[in-house]
Amino acid sequence: MKLKEFLAKNKKVILERWFDRIIDSYPADSSNFLRHERNRFDNPVGYTISRDIEYLYDALCGGMADDRLGTCLENIVRIRAVQDFTPSQAMAFIPVLKDVVKETLAGQTGDCSTDSELTDFNRRVDRLCLLGFDVYMKCREKIYEIKANEAKMRVYKLLERTNLLDRESINEE
Amino acid sequence: MAEKPKKPQELVQSIEYKPPRKRWMDTPVEFHKGTFNYSAAVDKLKYLDLPYPRKWQPTEEDWQLPDNWQEIIHKGFKDRLDKYRSFRVFMDICVRCGACADKCHYFIGSGDPRNMPVLRAELLRSVYRNDFTTAGKILGGLAGGRKLTVKVLKEWFYYFYQCTECRRCSVFCPYGIDTAEITMMARELLNLVGLNIDWICTPAANCFRTGNHLGIQPHGFKDSIEFAVDELEELTGVRVNAPINKKGAEILFVAPSADYFASPHYYTLLGYLALFHEVGLDYTWSSYASEGGNFGLFHSYETMKRLNSKIYMEAKRLGVKWVLGGECGHMWRVIHQYMDTLNGPADFLEVPVSPITGTKFEHARSTRMVHIMEFTSDLIRHNKIKLDPGRNDHWRVTFHDSCNPARAMGLIEEPRYVINHVCNNFIEMPENTIKEQTFCCGSGSGLGTDENMEMRLRGGLPRANAVKFVHEKNDVNILLCICAIDKATLPPLLEYWVPDVEVGGIHEMVGNALVMTGENERLTDLRGTPYPEKEGGENV
Amino acid sequence: MHLFFSLAAVLVLLILVFIGVDVVGWRYLFGVVIPIATIISFILGMLYRVIKWARSPVPFRIPTTCGQQKSLSWIKAGNLESPHNIWGVLGRMVLEVLFFRSLFRNTKVSLKEGPRLVYGSTKWLWLGGLVFHWSFLVIFVRHFKFFAEPVPAWVMALQNLDGFFQVGLPIIYLTDIAFLAALTFLLLRRLVDPKLRYISLAADYFPLFLIIGIAVTGILMRYFTKVDIVGIKEMAMGWLNLAPVVPAGIGTLFYMHLFLVCCLFIYFPFSKLLHMAGVFFSPTRNLANTNRVKRHVNPWDYSVKVHTYEEYEDEFRDVMKAAEMPLEKE
Repeated sequence: MKLKEFLAKNKKVILERWFDRIIDSYPADSSNFLRHERNRFDNPVGYTISRDIEYLYDALCGGMADDRLGTCLENIVRIRAVQDFTPSQAMAFIPVLKDVVKETLAGQTGDCSTDSELTDFNRRVDRLCLLGFDVYMKCREKIYEIKANEAKMRVYKLLERTNLLDRESINEE
Repeated sequence: MAEKPKKPQELVQSIEYKPPRKRWMDTPVEFHKGTFNYSAAVDKLKYLDLPYPRKWQPTEEDWQLPDNWQEIIHKGFKDRLDKYRSFRVFMDICVRCGACADKCHYFIGSGDPRNMPVLRAELLRSVYRNDFTTAGKILGGLAGGRKLTVKVLKEWFYYFYQCTECRRCSVFCPYGIDTAEITMMARELLNLVGLNIDWICTPAANCFRTGNHLGIQPHGFKDSIEFAVDELEELTGVRVNAPINKKGAEILFVAPSADYFASPHYYTLLGYLALFHEVGLDYTWSSYASEGGNFGLFHSYETMKRLNSKIYMEAKRLGVKWVLGGECGHMWRVIHQYMDTLNGPADFLEVPVSPITGTKFEHARSTRMVHIMEFTSDLIRHNKIKLDPGRNDHWRVTFHDSCNPARAMGLIEEPRYVINHVCNNFIEMPENTIKEQTFCCGSGSGLGTDENMEMRLRGGLPRANAVKFVHEKNDVNILLCICAIDKATLPPLLEYWVPDVEVGGIHEMVGNALVMTGENERLTDLRGTPYPEKEGGENV
Repeated sequence: MHLFFSLAAVLVLLILVFIGVDVVGWRYLFGVVIPIATIISFILGMLYRVIKWARSPVPFRIPTTCGQQKSLSWIKAGNLESPHNIWGVLGRMVLEVLFFRSLFRNTKVSLKEGPRLVYGSTKWLWLGGLVFHWSFLVIFVRHFKFFAEPVPAWVMALQNLDGFFQVGLPIIYLTDIAFLAALTFLLLRRLVDPKLRYISLAADYFPLFLIIGIAVTGILMRYFTKVDIVGIKEMAMGWLNLAPVVPAGIGTLFYMHLFLVCCLFIYFPFSKLLHMAGVFFSPTRNLANTNRVKRHVNPWDYSVKVHTYEEYEDEFRDVMKAAEMPLEKE
């Protein structure tokens, strides 16, 4: 069986394991809530992760447009960028997929994929991880931008009246 | 998870980091950057005569507490147990059923277990058991008690400034235990030993001195209003009258100060000005009572009372008949649930009667202050204003119930009634995120500053997520709200989570839709955004 | 640790009875002294608590509003969710106390594939709690038959209703099954859900185990071993008539049941079980949302230092004058 077929066939198992590993990065006492509460509005964190890793997975297995990939990656990273994680912890959810696939493969009997196929898959995971860092940085920069803007908006009209406002610097539409 | 740089080897290990399974009582709190607030400025504390002003920061090891701090807190605790039945009962009756656990926006967004309302209260309750109950005194830890140590105090500071007093948990609690009440007590206790945050004390001190949070002096206030009058004239062609400190006016109007200084609040101010002019209201602004908001609510009973006193004193001095209040959330918690008790009785005022419709606001018979949503919906109901909701057609709106008007007032239908008459496209967010179940903006109760932005973004995620849903499904592009803190803190929240959705006030929409006598054709909305070229004539 | 401590505590209590009754033979202590002491301590304890609560004033009227306020005449007010008169408050309290309204509120909206919104709910806690409390009440009332001769007709009626299906011999009471099921659910919930395990204290497990102990000993007596009902009733009537007797031939199992019940009642005023009385004192539920209609007086209110208009004008007179703002004093 080719790796591609294997990944397609075991999609459900791999996704479940991947999701569990991501949720494990949260404190034990909240991970259960994040894991089991699947309501979109009561548990946006768990919901977003479970929904969007599926798209990411499909993209890694081939066959997804880049813009969609970007959106899904962003949805997850955006959340992790404001939580109590260091950058490496925040992004660790992507490379952990390599482990999950490896473990799932190990449980499989018979000749599966070749090493080169797996290397190729892993390389794509790495690329996704690097892309993720771009997104992460974008989010962090956004936070600083927001902080600066908010302070200005608070006294926006005052600044405007006293001509202290550089209009270009504020994303006012 | 710490701020200190780690060695690469440690970093590799920490990627698989999973917190140790320790009981919450044994896990000391860490002050992560972006999740806590800075301490209050010494001069502001002195101005308000608050105890133990000193320079310190939460990240420092030594908080320079007074020597007898434990005694002070113990005494303060007892004092409050004797003064507030709510506090005593809430300390005693929680059964830890867990119904509140996943109702807190901070828990949902952060996953930090101590953000579950039940645990937030347990932070105090554990000390209560140890110090004030027989079982706790004898059994200690087994009865769920623990000694008040510096560690515990730091935990209090961290988590009680991570509660926005939104009261969502109290809706779901079978005994109505209100974490806001517990947080208020905890913050008062912290205040007794000089632990305050700047974002609460500086606005409070400014407000006490000048009448508004920013510390703008009277002439600056006058400038702001006049500037708005000019700008409204440019937009509509109508010159409105906006009297300030006018004796003998019928009504005193009090709005949160952000309405004159901040964006997008300012467009709501334009809305008020247009409306009052159009219906010919005999009213006045006051520079002395130019702040509806009351950060004292987030600080202590005394500070709240001191700041709030201005409204009635000014109403009396100016000789008005009653008071009208603008769009603000916590301001209305104070006015609705506290003002009359704190600084009443308002026997020098009259029972409010709308001079335009003649409606007697019986429900404000004693406090004699009316919410602008009640006032405007009454106007619309009696067909006293001409509205062209088509002028808001570029907005697809949804409405965020602000915590306090929803859960401390029950002001739920009035804003919806107004929106439905001034906007053609109104879409509600999902049911478990609005009305009494509304999610907080994540920045209320004095936490809306930039140093704790990450925490705010987490706490605001549940709200933003519901906005995102209607944005994607129904193309909603503006979130309306009736709270100054919302208007300040939802824009950054949405900018992060749901770009492309703006934030505005309901009276901004009223101002857009209001057909004013003698106005020019509106080429732009109140924000100055041009309307698309009209095909054919105007069909008002 | 909390869990095992609580379990151990209940087991120790049971062993105490065994030693006390079977080994030492203190039947009078366990059959008379402790039950009467329990009644006295329960009453005094509850009085102490309730008086303590009642003595703390309610400085502000702070109801949590869960529905529309009463404002303009043409807007429908939600009297049960945001009460505007005494009937609304009573209704709200009745719904809360008898039907656990707030727990019932746990409605959720979920998005199913489609996408379409589906309204579901997570009412397990509500259901478990309701079944537990109601069956406890029915079982408690059924026990009145031991305290009155002749047994009141309504107690008999309740008992017959409870055994409506006439299954088993002796007839199995529905509430016994429901009670056990609800107890199991409430305990498992605490053990299985990490969120709940995290927040649970010994004070949460102990009453659960105590009540389980009471239920199990009770059920063993009724369905599996023979007990001397006539003797037990004689003893119970003895407490009421203040003419205590200790009939011979009452088994250890009964003493265990009785002792655990005593423990529960002694423990009651010093524990979270107080919520039974406390719910009536909760200011966010038992007050009407009539804040702006009627002034609420704070009994300990005191005056504070304010910033008067005169002080304000004194400080800013110059700038106000320059800005041509009206002044009190030129």
